[in-house]
Amino acid sequence: MNIAVLLRVAWQALGRNAARSFLTMLGIIIGVGAVITSMAIGSGAQAAVLAQIESLGANLVVVIPGAITTGGVSLGFGTKTSLTLADVAAIAQHVPEVAAAAPSSSTNAQVVSGGMNWYTSITGSTPAWQMVRSWPVAQGRFFTNAEVDQVAKVAVLGSTATQNLFPAGGAVGATVIIKNVPFHVIGVLTSKGQSGFGRDQDDFVIVPITTLQERLTGITFNRWVGSILISATSPESVPGVIDAAERLLRIRHHLTAHQPDDFSVRNISDVQQVRIATSQTQALLLAGVAVVSLVVGGIGIMNIMLVSVTERTREIGLRMAVGAKGRDILLQFLVEALTLACIGGLIGIGVGLLTARAASTLGHWPVLISPFSMILGFTSAAAVGVVFGFYPAQRAAALDPIVALRYE
Amino acid sequence: MAPPGGTADPLIEVRDLTKIYGEGDTAVHALRGVSLDIRRGEFVAIMGPSGSGKSTFMHLLGCLDRPTSGSYRLAGEEVSRLSRDELADIRNRQIGFVFQSFNLLARTTALENVELPMLYAGVRQDERLRRARALLVSVGLGERLDHRPSELSGGQQQRVAIARALANGAPLLMADEPTGNLDSASSIEILTLFRHLNRERGITVVVVTHDMNVAAWSRRVVIFKDGLVMQDRPVEAVVPEAIRAAAGDAPVAQEARA
Repeated sequence: MNIAVLLRVAWQALGRNAARSFLTMLGIIIGVGAVITSMAIGSGAQAAVLAQIESLGANLVVVIPGAITTGGVSLGFGTKTSLTLADVAAIAQHVPEVAAAAPSSSTNAQVVSGGMNWYTSITGSTPAWQMVRSWPVAQGRFFTNAEVDQVAKVAVLGSTATQNLFPAGGAVGATVIIKNVPFHVIGVLTSKGQSGFGRDQDDFVIVPITTLQERLTGITFNRWVGSILISATSPESVPGVIDAAERLLRIRHHLTAHQPDDFSVRNISDVQQVRIATSQTQALLLAGVAVVSLVVGGIGIMNIMLVSVTERTREIGLRMAVGAKGRDILLQFLVEALTLACIGGLIGIGVGLLTARAASTLGHWPVLISPFSMILGFTSAAAVGVVFGFYPAQRAAALDPIVALRYE
Repeated sequence: MAPPGGTADPLIEVRDLTKIYGEGDTAVHALRGVSLDIRRGEFVAIMGPSGSGKSTFMHLLGCLDRPTSGSYRLAGEEVSRLSRDELADIRNRQIGFVFQSFNLLARTTALENVELPMLYAGVRQDERLRRARALLVSVGLGERLDHRPSELSGGQQQRVAIARALANGAPLLMADEPTGNLDSASSIEILTLFRHLNRERGITVVVVTHDMNVAAWSRRVVIFKDGLVMQDRPVEAVVPEAIRAAAGDAPVAQEARA
């Protein structure tokens, strides 16, 4: 028997019990749907994290101050003030393989421009920031080292802040008031859009760090900075940079061998790795659901095929009497199980695509549908069909024609 | 056209055939050593009470089962020791079956039912259709090619089954109580068709029955008892003349009508 005949016979047999066939497929449909959805959500989350790393710069190393410990209670990293502008300069100068190092301090404030006002984050840094974050200006220019030294009252706006303060345009050249201090707007940054986790990266204003310290936060003693952003020359040099920066800072902070670090140096991609791992765990969980569902679906197929073999015992006997070999009967039922599984697989792909789309539009989850997941889903369905269809098919093929013909 | 008594060419040669089911004390000796020859073109009725071994003998002749011992040559080929698949091949090419309950595939057209043995013989689709159509026309069902078994009368269903039995040009037609589920008019139709196939096309017909009225249509009657052949005689010696007369043992030429 050729494959076209086998498929037609299988199709007819399944069509005779259309409702039963569909119910049998449900397990496969859910399984394949879960495969597609889980992979779409998993790779979507991963892509979002990767995009965020990309926007931060893969070579980025962050130094944050250490924790304040009062009465044995640690308040966590970043609560201590231990990093200074001098540290930033030293790192840029003495640590090898550093492309740029920039300080970063921030505060939140109401920004006023004419009739508009906007509450946003105010970051203070140096021109090196632009290099570390690889973030070009869309209009105007970034501030210069000279302006940092002069404590110039100049500001560069993120695109979201610009849209809210200057909906009609004309930001560059205008003046904004932050905490009663007038700032001259000299530039607008390009838009980076939402980060992978929904935070608007463009909602901020950046000013020279000296200006932030003297005019906005009043922290001038020792020139404390919130954190130091370092850009290594390549992803491979990141570990070396971390190591050298740690040693340099320990020396500069006069720490003895017994004292712990009063700062923490982190590789941003390490932080992101944790997030990737988390999203992968979630995807794995869904994949587990998919596997369980496929196995249950397979058992359903096996069940129905066993029923079908029993119901059609006489048909099998007759087919054998007119010349069907064991192999012909085996193939007939195997193709039937396979057809059942494959149709279920195709419907499952459709369901998976719909679910992923719903997760994206209704749940605002980042999803990424890959052709690979569809191939994987369909192949697993087919494999389930073969594996679980084999036993019933073999039972059919092993029937004794005389017994089968007499079966009532 | 074959002579009524068959040719000198043996189609079936059976020697000392035994069949034992089970083992030891519970063993059932269904056949205890049967020897029988059937020549090409014969029309043989096999009779006997239940438990006589006639069904077992039928299964062995039909290559549906293998004997415990003995020899069975079908068309010159020793088939008693063939494998399951080889037997399937023999059934496909050499034997056409007709059953009491027709055994047509439900919800499948007459045409597709007749195609079935050709599917397993690997006949190409256009040839399958051509042959199936011709066979159904020859059994008088040319108008009902696309009817399903549920849309056909018992007699018509059995004629589809006969067309199916002839699909691969088998020289041997084996019928097991072919009229058991039919009314008398349909029975006569079917038996007339057997006689026609036997006389006009030289097909060897073996009918298993317990009904004298059916056996009356044959030329030779073999009676089984306790796993042995008890009688093997011409029909005239077994079936009373009155019953034979009812079988209309006369030249039949008009039976192929629709």
